[in-house]
Amino acid sequence: MLIKQAPSIRSSEITPKNLYLRRREFIQGSTAALVGAGLGGWAADAEAQIPRTKLANVKKSPLSTTEAPSEYDYVTSYNNFYEFAPGAGDGPKNASKNFKPTPWSISIEGEVAKPGKYQLEDFIKPYALEERIYRFRCVEAWSFVIPWVGFPLSDVIKRAEPTGKAKFVEFTTLHDVGRFPAQRGQSLDWPYVEGLRLDEAMHPLSIFVVGLYGEVLPAQNGAPIRLMVPWKYGFKNIKSIVKMRFVESQPLNTWQKMARNEYGFYANVNPTVDHPRWSQARERRLPSFVPNRRTEMFNGYADQVQSLYAGMDLRRNF
Amino acid sequence: MPGWTSAATSERPPAVAGRPKTPAGKRITLVKVLVWVAALTPAAALVRGFYTNNLTANPGDYITDQTGTWMLACLFASLAVTPIRRLTGWNEVIKLRRPLGLFAFFYGVLHLLTWIVFVHYFEVSFMVEDVVKRPYITIGMAALLILFTLTLTSSRYAVRKLGRRWQSLHRLVYVAAVAGVLHFWLLVRADTSEPVRWALGLSVLLGLRVWWAWRKRRSLQS
Repeated sequence: MLIKQAPSIRSSEITPKNLYLRRREFIQGSTAALVGAGLGGWAADAEAQIPRTKLANVKKSPLSTTEAPSEYDYVTSYNNFYEFAPGAGDGPKNASKNFKPTPWSISIEGEVAKPGKYQLEDFIKPYALEERIYRFRCVEAWSFVIPWVGFPLSDVIKRAEPTGKAKFVEFTTLHDVGRFPAQRGQSLDWPYVEGLRLDEAMHPLSIFVVGLYGEVLPAQNGAPIRLMVPWKYGFKNIKSIVKMRFVESQPLNTWQKMARNEYGFYANVNPTVDHPRWSQARERRLPSFVPNRRTEMFNGYADQVQSLYAGMDLRRNF
Repeated sequence: MPGWTSAATSERPPAVAGRPKTPAGKRITLVKVLVWVAALTPAAALVRGFYTNNLTANPGDYITDQTGTWMLACLFASLAVTPIRRLTGWNEVIKLRRPLGLFAFFYGVLHLLTWIVFVHYFEVSFMVEDVVKRPYITIGMAALLILFTLTLTSSRYAVRKLGRRWQSLHRLVYVAAVAGVLHFWLLVRADTSEPVRWALGLSVLLGLRVWWAWRKRRSLQS
């Protein structure tokens, strides 16, 4: 005898097993996507852990360049991120597909009145997001124009109340071989460390970045939070930050540790001081086969920042 | 006297046209075709990438890397011919040595062109500065000059004309290979694993020759 009875759960409502088994990652991924966004519907990128998600309430900034931004696909598929893969190219993008941006916390340490450890959401919450369209110049003589989304570093620093002893800020990238597979290798001395003089960090152009092109920052570009100091070479702009420490003496940044004669502490974009192995006089504004621009002093931000370096020998302090 | 070449094969009279093909001759012809196809594939892939816009956002750098890598690969393959012949006794393989060496020069020339066009965009003062100031460029240029000389003297006519000196001259290929690996090593910023692998490969190829030379000398002494 045939019993005709509709199943109480239609098959279309059943979560596929593989998705069910990965539900925690899924929830974490979507939480991460919404961090700082408040809300926003998302168009899922089926391959990536961090779906492409619009950030809400992003203000324009007068500090943006009027130059046209580079193409999204190029900016998100051509960069250096040694924690994922060595060398510039699409290695970081391909190796970052499974990157889990949550949980994520950032600690503020050292010479401050208000040290603390924050969940990423709480760290970001007090600040209004702005779009900053900046020129980006890699030390390898290529460049982009990128519409970052973030908030001023100075706001974070003021809130932490540095003491009189704080002269520098040191930033550290997450060290976790589970999330950054290439940290199993020895290509760099992990974790990645960068630093700024306090006055550089307080400059209005210096920002924390949580997005680009109006969307949540993709893993390969330094998710969930990175630095952007547009008058310095790209490697100064440390990615996936978990710690900022206020210190009295100048931090030893990773690339300086790797090759002291090639990479200094300041790493200001400077067409008159060559890298030992190539000229910095020109750059390729990508995509381009050939050098198509003369590199500008301080990456074109000289008017705003050169007073920071008055009287300094930039040939020695490269 | 094991070298990039050896007297026995270099001084062999040229093949007479129209000589009937032996099975071994047929086999080496087939292998030669395969070598040509394999050696031209990377260049074809670059051409294809150009038309499909698939050479990254920084195609100049990508093509420079690729041509440099394939130059080393062809050079290493040519250096592997003599060891393969000695270890397997497959004498015909020697016929691959010259085409592989010429392919190394072919990729070397492309590599040089990428430097002239994509790196410097014909700016002579920048190029001069590069060669004078930067050891890895100077060393790379030296390697190319050697391959250029070896290419010019690669014809049967040159082999005959130069006689014994041909072999001494063509031993410079070892210098070119060392220079090529050194050039690569010096330009890597952090992750040296790739140049390290090339250097290990080269030590095997050159180490075998040193070992054979040493053994031969010992057997002559005893």
